[in-house]
Amino acid sequence: MSEAALTDGTGEGRAAAPAAESPRLPPIAEIAVAALALIVVGGVYLASEMESRISLALPIALLAAAAALMLADLAMLARIQRFAWRRFRVVASWLLLAYVVIVGMLEYVFLFDGVHGGVLAVLTGMLVVFGLDVPLIISFTVARFADPDR
Amino acid sequence: MAQVMEQAVGPGPGPGQAIARTVPPKSIVPLQGLPVVIAVIGGMIAAIATNTQWALDFYHVVGGGLWTAIDLFVGLLLGPILGSLSIPARLEFSARFMPKMALLMPTLVTMTLGAGWQLARKLGNLAPGSVNHGWLVASYIVVGVMTVIALGVLEPANLAVLFELRKPRPNGEVIGRLMRRFIYTAGITGAMQIATLVIMTRVATQ
Repeated sequence: MSEAALTDGTGEGRAAAPAAESPRLPPIAEIAVAALALIVVGGVYLASEMESRISLALPIALLAAAAALMLADLAMLARIQRFAWRRFRVVASWLLLAYVVIVGMLEYVFLFDGVHGGVLAVLTGMLVVFGLDVPLIISFTVARFADPDR
Repeated sequence: MAQVMEQAVGPGPGPGQAIARTVPPKSIVPLQGLPVVIAVIGGMIAAIATNTQWALDFYHVVGGGLWTAIDLFVGLLLGPILGSLSIPARLEFSARFMPKMALLMPTLVTMTLGAGWQLARKLGNLAPGSVNHGWLVASYIVVGVMTVIALGVLEPANLAVLFELRKPRPNGEVIGRLMRRFIYTAGITGAMQIATLVIMTRVATQ
């Protein structure tokens, strides 16, 4: 493996460790960020219409699109051969634990505030996608730079 | 922090030339900070559950003030200074600074948003007829943009850098590439934080 030179532009520096990023990975993080953006837009819309009569057409469409992107992401992830799976699983499992707590707290707040019916269902769906999406972005980004053999 | 200075001898500028390098602790997140985080979040939950206006104001104003100030300070002052340092100095600073930020910023964001939402509810600002409703919707958009940047772009880079720094021989190219995300997004984050200051001072004075 080649050594990538590490310099600071002044000629100082040292040889760096070999580049560790797995080659030609699908754009999983980018797609997951797009899904996150859709969820955020849906959340902003619902929050802005809170305490008034809400049309759920837009939030449902955004949720469906985000869920589709998420599923596509998971399918692409499952097909990667050479990848730091061990690192991915360790980071993802801790983050999922953290996000179960965060999503649980948010769901409790919605129930506490009397959200119900279709709005609650859409918000719950958004929280599920959010709680899977963020750990996926972070653990994939960490694992793509880790040594696939470890 | 239980950080250890070790001498890493690499095939760099000269044979056998030692480079001082900071090794982050075994845990990516500084575990000794967790009790403080739990206490702060517990206080926020109590403030929301009791609907106490002073406590909600305290959490929202203190959390929001620190969040905005730290974001602007790091993005506009510390970032450019860091960019001008040598790579070993940047690595050493990042190894000490980033784990603390990984705990501090999510706590401040949770404080600000959790208490802020409840405060808006209590004061009737969520109602579409409220004079502040438009400003609040603007603040949701600002927070939404910052959420996507923070969770989708910066936090993954932050953790990836910390994992890279734990390697016996961190790859400067990878760290440099990841750290560029902070530079690219500093302008957007700065603009969003200034918008937050405008929105919140408007809401408070309407």
